[in-house]
Amino acid sequence: MIQMPDTEIQPRPLDRPASEPIVNDFSIVAATVNGSGSQTANNVLMRAIFKMGVPVSGKNLFPSNIQGLPTWFTIRVSKDGYTARRETTEILVAFNQRTADEDLASLVPGGVCVHPNDITFTNPRSDVSFYPLPVRDLVKQSGVDAKLRDYIANMVYVGALAELLSIDMNEIKAALERHFKGKAKPVSLNYGVVVAAAEWVRANLPKTDRFQVAPMDKTQGLILVDGNTAAAFGALMGGMTVCAWYPITPSTSLVDAMTELAPILRADPETNTTTYAIIQTEDEIAAAGIVVGAGWAGARAMTATSGPGLSLMNEFVSLAYFAEVPCVIWDVQRMGPSTGLPTRTSQGDVLSAYYMGHGDTHHVILFPGSMIECFEFGYLAFDLAERLQTPVLVLSDLDLGMNNWMSEPFTYPDRPLDRGKVLSADELEKFKDWGRYKDIDGDGIPYRTLPGNPNPRAAYLARGTGHNEYAIYSERPQDWQRNLDRLTRKHNTARTLVPKPVVQEAEDATIGIVAYGSTDPAVREACDMLRARGITASYLRIRALPLEATLTDFLAKYERVYVVELNQDGQMAQLVQLHAPEYAARIRPIHICNGLPMSAQFVVDSIVSAEHPVT
Amino acid sequence: MTVETKTNGKPNVNRIGLTSQDYRGGETTLCQGCGHNSITSQIIAAAFELSLAPHQVIKMSGIGCSSKTPAYFMSRSHGFNTLHGRMPSVTTGAVLANRTLLAIGISGDGDTGSIGLGQFKHMVRRNVPVVYIVENNGVYGLTKGQFSATADVGQTLKYAGTNVLPPIDICIEALAADCGFVARSFAGDAKQVRELLKAAMSFHGTAVIDIISPCVTFNNHHDSTKSYDYGKAHEERLQDIQFIPRFDEVHVEYEEGGERYVQLHDGPMIKLRKLGRDYDPTNRWQAIELLERARQNHEFITGLLYINTQRQTLHEVMHLTDTPLAYLPEDRLRPSRERFEQAMQEFV
Repeated sequence: MIQMPDTEIQPRPLDRPASEPIVNDFSIVAATVNGSGSQTANNVLMRAIFKMGVPVSGKNLFPSNIQGLPTWFTIRVSKDGYTARRETTEILVAFNQRTADEDLASLVPGGVCVHPNDITFTNPRSDVSFYPLPVRDLVKQSGVDAKLRDYIANMVYVGALAELLSIDMNEIKAALERHFKGKAKPVSLNYGVVVAAAEWVRANLPKTDRFQVAPMDKTQGLILVDGNTAAAFGALMGGMTVCAWYPITPSTSLVDAMTELAPILRADPETNTTTYAIIQTEDEIAAAGIVVGAGWAGARAMTATSGPGLSLMNEFVSLAYFAEVPCVIWDVQRMGPSTGLPTRTSQGDVLSAYYMGHGDTHHVILFPGSMIECFEFGYLAFDLAERLQTPVLVLSDLDLGMNNWMSEPFTYPDRPLDRGKVLSADELEKFKDWGRYKDIDGDGIPYRTLPGNPNPRAAYLARGTGHNEYAIYSERPQDWQRNLDRLTRKHNTARTLVPKPVVQEAEDATIGIVAYGSTDPAVREACDMLRARGITASYLRIRALPLEATLTDFLAKYERVYVVELNQDGQMAQLVQLHAPEYAARIRPIHICNGLPMSAQFVVDSIVSAEHPVT
Repeated sequence: MTVETKTNGKPNVNRIGLTSQDYRGGETTLCQGCGHNSITSQIIAAAFELSLAPHQVIKMSGIGCSSKTPAYFMSRSHGFNTLHGRMPSVTTGAVLANRTLLAIGISGDGDTGSIGLGQFKHMVRRNVPVVYIVENNGVYGLTKGQFSATADVGQTLKYAGTNVLPPIDICIEALAADCGFVARSFAGDAKQVRELLKAAMSFHGTAVIDIISPCVTFNNHHDSTKSYDYGKAHEERLQDIQFIPRFDEVHVEYEEGGERYVQLHDGPMIKLRKLGRDYDPTNRWQAIELLERARQNHEFITGLLYINTQRQTLHEVMHLTDTPLAYLPEDRLRPSRERFEQAMQEFV
């Protein structure tokens, strides 16, 4: 039997009076078979609740195959706006017989189990409200073609939940219309099953649970979007002209989204031409190579990849670092080592990305923590890459990239493109003594020229071999050392340009928390939960490497600083300790590495057990 | 160096006022007599004769002796010495960024026939516009004498022993990937190299020239099939090749006395006078058959093996805007607010 990882977590009793309704504060887990159309059902439910004004988040836990294996989708409904993974399951849609027993076991007491009436449970529970549904009959009555029955069966639980939880049927219909892009026939077919299921439940199943969705006004003006789409949108707004890529989960949907958005944003329908080239390559090595070549020749070039693909790009990142070629790499992190868990989230690439390449290298890394930052870093990465003339790696992850998140709408970029230090033929004339790798300004960043520059002095041969200030091959020790020293100066300049941490300072805080990326929602929720238990924490969210003084100042204020992350070795904690060795003893790593998104409960439990050890 | 002079004492200049000296690079660091140096000389001569604007050329290479040579020609052109086997992808990126550049890619037999074979064939598949020169000596020179994948069966080297594996034929691989310009030549045949280079520099797409280029240090001994002596004794030219630039007046006369003309993009032509063998270089089947027979019969055939001017380049299939991507101004790089709002409607 396939085991759901968090089965080991014991359900916690609901801490409320037995008679009180639970409104907009629970998780729904739909346990289905992947490839069966359950994604449509889950997203319709999520969007309908969202349009009722209730904050939601969705987490898809799916297998690495095409169809037929267990998959779980969690919809968290949160009146307080929390979007992190919630460890408890209050409402279970048990539509997969293979996992039904484990799924039922993980329900909280007083929970709800909606299931086809032909699914059986080895250990039925008396403390759970069961709602058996005649799925086969309802699907048959819909008159749908036999080939489509498995797909449309999931609409039965949509209708059942709509009835049981008071989800607005108008919003269900609107979500279906959106999903099927207004095509009347599939909308009518699917909605017909939803209505039939709702009516059947109303007529046959008295409600015996306490859960309810009630309209709120907390999502007005918000959007629902995934991080990969936000990143693609941001990159196109940042003037991306070359994207080379090779398919790999979970970064594939970033370029899929780019392929959909690019014609809207950057094509000329009159001339049938585009201002971008998106190329699917033969492997990730070639993708990186095209990006390096394009960046060298003056294009805003990027690729998107994950784990094993990033490994293949090592040599090219090394070259781009040393030849000082701007390029952008989106690494949508997934679980490693090796092929690992292709469909599970992780923050395991931090160290390998930061030090990518052989020899002494260190790269600019951006860590988006929200949809807005996925969008903004989409264009900011290009500005930094061209300003610093170096690779910029944006470390997102599967949770951020592939799951749907509520977000404030994106705003039009408020700063012009920064094309960095590029000399035109005329500008070059003002330099009495120009060299491609000469540090004229003292910031470690030289001036470059682009191929095609008609000034006879503009040409240079870029290389990954040893070179002097004029880009001429050199094995002289002083040339080599001078160049490495300048690259270190450049990296220190980067420290002043990358996005600074976001600090949430509490006056009476006794501890500090440091986190980054997709763990942000869990940590913010954890801060609230900790305060309720008498522990006040300040919170600093890292948004980029290299680290800088804001972090050092934060570390100075607290005797204990908990660094929260999703990897096995506390990778960011190690970097924090390296950055501020005088405060190394204050660092307390909190890390978990099991493929699941971070939960606030885990953060709270870890900190409470450290702050109040049981004796 | 002495500047080439006419009898009247003035330097010989081309149509844009440059001398052949203007197309030179730095001093070679390769072995004296190296075939790669001969090829470099012919690149300089071809660029001079075509009156190429140096700033419109990029010189790309991978790793190996041959990949050092971009430093030895056209010092007024930008260049990129990239990674072992990876020049094709970098070149693809560069010409996407700026479609007006003429890319000259220099590679070797290890760089292309081994580590770079995948990139090479996918570059050809994409018809990236590049003059792709393989300086083929059948041996790893910088690491002092191991067989490369193009070494013939039975070849012997001092330290590496006897090669027992069949060679990878660069030209066959190019044809398999549907390359529109495939040629083989010999570094000791200077005129043929130069004419093929000029034709390739005018070709619209990937032009592959596999040039047998003897390694005088490790693979020029008496029984080597990639030595100068072997080449001189065994080379069989398919045609007498002459490149005719666009600005020359020419009467187009087909099949007169065994001559044939192939017209290239924007007007230049290649004149082919057949020698001995009756051969049609526009027939891909014939090219593949020729190479297979040559392999079986241990023949060393040089010349233009195949040409097809009909394939679209990567730029064309991508429908890229006329302005090079690298030169697009901000108002074309960053979408307008109207388009931004239109895209945002997707998420509300």
